[in-house]
Amino acid sequence: MSQKNREGEVLTGTTILALPFEGGVVVCADSRTSTGTYVANRVSDKLVQLSDYIYCCRSGSAADTQALTDYVHYYLSQWSLDTGRIPTVKTAAHLMRRLIYQNKDQLQAGVIVAGWDPVHGGSVYTITLGGSCLELPFATGGSGSIFIAGLLDAEFSNGMDMAEARNLAKKACSHAMCRDGSSGGVIRTVVISADGVDRDYTPGNDLPFGPVAVW
Amino acid sequence: MASSGSGYDLSASTFSPDGRIFQVEYATKAVENAGTVVGIKCSNGVVLGCAKPIHHKMVVATSGSYKRIHTCDTHIGVASTGFLPDSRVLVQRTTEEAADWLEQYGGKIPPHVLADRLGSYVHYFTLHGALRPFGAAAVIAGHDPDTKECSLHLLEPNGAPYRFYGVATGKGKQAAKTELEKLNLHKTPIAADEAVKQILRILHLLHQESKDSKPIEVEVSWICEASGWKHKGVPKDVLKTSEDWAKEQLEEEEEDDDDDEEMEEES
Repeated sequence: MSQKNREGEVLTGTTILALPFEGGVVVCADSRTSTGTYVANRVSDKLVQLSDYIYCCRSGSAADTQALTDYVHYYLSQWSLDTGRIPTVKTAAHLMRRLIYQNKDQLQAGVIVAGWDPVHGGSVYTITLGGSCLELPFATGGSGSIFIAGLLDAEFSNGMDMAEARNLAKKACSHAMCRDGSSGGVIRTVVISADGVDRDYTPGNDLPFGPVAVW
Repeated sequence: MASSGSGYDLSASTFSPDGRIFQVEYATKAVENAGTVVGIKCSNGVVLGCAKPIHHKMVVATSGSYKRIHTCDTHIGVASTGFLPDSRVLVQRTTEEAADWLEQYGGKIPPHVLADRLGSYVHYFTLHGALRPFGAAAVIAGHDPDTKECSLHLLEPNGAPYRFYGVATGKGKQAAKTELEKLNLHKTPIAADEAVKQILRILHLLHQESKDSKPIEVEVSWICEASGWKHKGVPKDVLKTSEDWAKEQLEEEEEDDDDDEEMEEES
């Protein structure tokens, strides 16, 4: 699958991550959308709601991932109507995986599906460009993720509370935004638990780590 | 023709003036001529049982041939009655629906969704002049791994999928329903091993009452903790003790009846 980006294709060179905590999960993303060296949108939203309690973090082609999340959103509402239940994160991830795997030659999409459901509680799945689906203790993605692998390995632990998880997500994201040229802007997080969802936004001049604070 | 349907019974695509579809009613009749199926939703599972009349001495009625209870997914069991070939089509469709759902959504199909989908399939055969409705009914027993609940559904030739605490269909439907109602299942659900006994009692009772001299073979399956929440045949030893209990029970009941009669004569 060797594929060059189309001229002018809008990419979310990205940092995305999902960290579970006791009773839920926090998803987090930067806000940079670029076409080559040009920043097409510095305040984009890469966290998309698939159902009441399930979110998707998008990385790769903006067009592809938007189309994919639209489809999964539609299938999940259909599933809810058929069964009369809240969709499980597992089902959402499975639908996403099928779409990506079956169309992998035409797509450039790596996503994280995370959320809460009454069956399994909070869970995190990552779906790779090739279309494999993995359930993980926590997940990172996008070009910025390689810069924070070690940080999260060191600082992530099971059984964190909501505030700890959200703070770690923001910290990790700000570190990635600092080193990765394709990540930047603001930090968006969403906390998902049985109580519902809580969105939060950190402006670019108020990051936990960054040029202003350090250098 | 003039006597029964007056010409309105030739196709499933025509209503009679009083709003009936005779072909579908005839299909239901086909079910009423076939072996009895009984299902019980228990406090800790769900049990299916069916009586298979051995219409010829030389028929091999073991699990290999003449099967009436099928496993359509690990968590789904279907007991069918009516035209055997029709019910096999139903069973195959059930298996396909369950497998398709798993492929699509990556999880087991909830039993009530399966019953609904099968209902739509069966109903389709009651809409077209070119199709014949199913001469078979299916009792679906299922366990839902997401909610950890068991359920019992009956699918009739008209395509209506109802959910039940206890259900019977086939030849002995009426008598079996009376017996099931005595168990008060909707208020006091019974345990799975108790349900096996009661189902066997009912099936043997029906066989005694019908003057049918043909022997019957009994098939019983369940979904419960003992079967690992999978649809499986009831183990031979459990079946044996339950069957002994059922026959003993029936003998006692018969003796009681005789005593009553004697008492009446005396007084």
